[in-house]
Amino acid sequence: MEHTSLIERILRGIALALVVVFFMFPLLWIFLMSFQTNETILSIPPQLFFTPTLQNYTALITGKLTSAAGTLDIAFMRNLWNSVFLSVTSVAVSLLLGVPAAYAFARHKFRGSEDIAFTLLSFRFAPPLLVLLPLTLYFQQLGLANTYFGLVWVYQLICLPLILWIVRGYFEDISADVEYAYRIAGHSWFATFRKIALPLAGPGIAAAGLLAFIFAWNNFVFALVLASADKQPVTVGALAFVTASGIQYGQIAAAIVLSIAPTLALALYAQRYLVEGLSLGAVKG
Amino acid sequence: MATLELHSIVKRFKDNTVLDDVSLAVDDGEILVLFGPSGAGKTVLLRLIAGVLDADAGRIVIDGEDMTGVDAEFRGVGMAFQNFALFPHMDAFANIATPLEARKTPRDAVRAGVESVARLLKIDHVLTHRPRALSNGQKQRTALARALVGSPPVLLLDDPLRNVDAKLRFEMRLELPRLLADRGATVIYVTQDYKEAMALGDRIAVMGQAGIRQIGTPEEIYLQPAGLDIARLFGDPTINLLDVRPSRDGQGIHVALSGTRVELPAAMEPSVGRACVAGLRPETLHFVKAGTKGAVPVTIEAETPLNEKTVTLARTRGGREILVSRPAGTPGPDHGEAFLAVDAGSVLMFDKASGERIAAGGPAAPRKRATA
Repeated sequence: MEHTSLIERILRGIALALVVVFFMFPLLWIFLMSFQTNETILSIPPQLFFTPTLQNYTALITGKLTSAAGTLDIAFMRNLWNSVFLSVTSVAVSLLLGVPAAYAFARHKFRGSEDIAFTLLSFRFAPPLLVLLPLTLYFQQLGLANTYFGLVWVYQLICLPLILWIVRGYFEDISADVEYAYRIAGHSWFATFRKIALPLAGPGIAAAGLLAFIFAWNNFVFALVLASADKQPVTVGALAFVTASGIQYGQIAAAIVLSIAPTLALALYAQRYLVEGLSLGAVKG
Repeated sequence: MATLELHSIVKRFKDNTVLDDVSLAVDDGEILVLFGPSGAGKTVLLRLIAGVLDADAGRIVIDGEDMTGVDAEFRGVGMAFQNFALFPHMDAFANIATPLEARKTPRDAVRAGVESVARLLKIDHVLTHRPRALSNGQKQRTALARALVGSPPVLLLDDPLRNVDAKLRFEMRLELPRLLADRGATVIYVTQDYKEAMALGDRIAVMGQAGIRQIGTPEEIYLQPAGLDIARLFGDPTINLLDVRPSRDGQGIHVALSGTRVELPAAMEPSVGRACVAGLRPETLHFVKAGTKGAVPVTIEAETPLNEKTVTLARTRGGREILVSRPAGTPGPDHGEAFLAVDAGSVLMFDKASGERIAAGGPAAPRKRATA
């Protein structure tokens, strides 16, 4: 270990603290806002000390938004459920399709394999707004507009390329000899895929799945155009807080806290696993 | 308990022909060593036999059965990889057990099988360790155990001692022949170490560019190498190679070394008048007293005592360097002028242009197992 002087360590600590504060401050502020009423939020100067209230959360959970203009129904919990359902289903479908495809692209160089892989990647280049209009028309004709099925399908544009390309790299990193050894030991290629390739690429698959989940969760524009109120995820549902009688900052903050909670929890949980998995040095043996 | 035949195997990678028309037959229970420099296609050949690569042409026949189109898992071969290729997410026990599990062996039998082979290879105390917790030697033994455990009739060993330390390599070189003989398997053993090849092989196949240069017993390879390249690969110190042009007169065929006439056997007839390279094994040269008939005068340049032998660098009158090897402890000159006797019967004669050995003759030297 290199020797660092005390002053260097203190400076480094301060620098790290600054970075953390810079990035965490908005989250912290939103968290505080979610326990305040609109009045305290909008008071100037901002108040650091206030009487916390749970009314924002109760409003979200009961679905009744009471404001000066009257009572408004919001479907936030429904939106949250939609987000969870859409993201989980999309990632599951993507993993189911993408992982075997990634294995095929990594292990078998067949005619056009690079072209197909690149075409899939190019789905991520296209600006979503460009494809949305034709997509909407097609979906209306096919009866897929405003269905979970249609949305999950469109979400594949987000998840599939990501999973395919990340996982492919992990499969390529596995020494072919390790798989050969398993085949020679008398196992079928499918058993080799299941017992050797999948576990060894496990951390990569988890990372890709997590990333795809976050992208799917954060998606806004596809769901905005293709889904009506009862299928909308939270990203779109949050628009409901911009009401005729003003913007409901307190509820927005509470909604944000609730909607980032699943991804945050997932990321924190997976991080431990990912770091462990990645530092395993799985490939060299 | 199987024979193995390769018929005209061709393998190309893009435009690079790695194996060109390779044919080979290995007897039941024989240990054949594939020997050659890296890039000669030894590993590719093993993989073709194992079935993880497909040949572009030719047939592989194991125990009379054509293996073309037969997947690796149905070929009944065991293989140990040079880089061990252990499964990093399984402990040593699970690694070794994989061939047995593939055959749906009952759990008790798997345990018994793994433990017996682990005891044999002295790794029974590390069976619960994962590969990354094993030393290189233990990894190598685990890989070997995995290849052996199912008692495959054909065993392919791809330079298994390459990545282990010198001490272990030496031990394993002594242990392996017995181990393999006990198994009774037909073995193909790949190595780049000529001592390993000589110690283990019933026969050695020397691989050169895109094919097999020579197949023979270790003695044949050592004493009658097919070409200069092979002669150079075997032996330590390496063979002395001297440009000569044999000629014939009334007394017979001879060459001149240090201005001294060295008689050659009559069988060297085809070399007369051609530009040749004479190969003299360092251990076939002996220091003799001055005045001995046919003794070649040399100047001693340096002497290197190795453990079991002493190697002397000498220089001929013409300035050519010659290495002489003699058992350690035997007397010999260490400086100044000396005289060398050349055992004419053990001279190897190669055509200078082609590098091929000129059919020389006769029973070349005693048929003792030559090592080092």
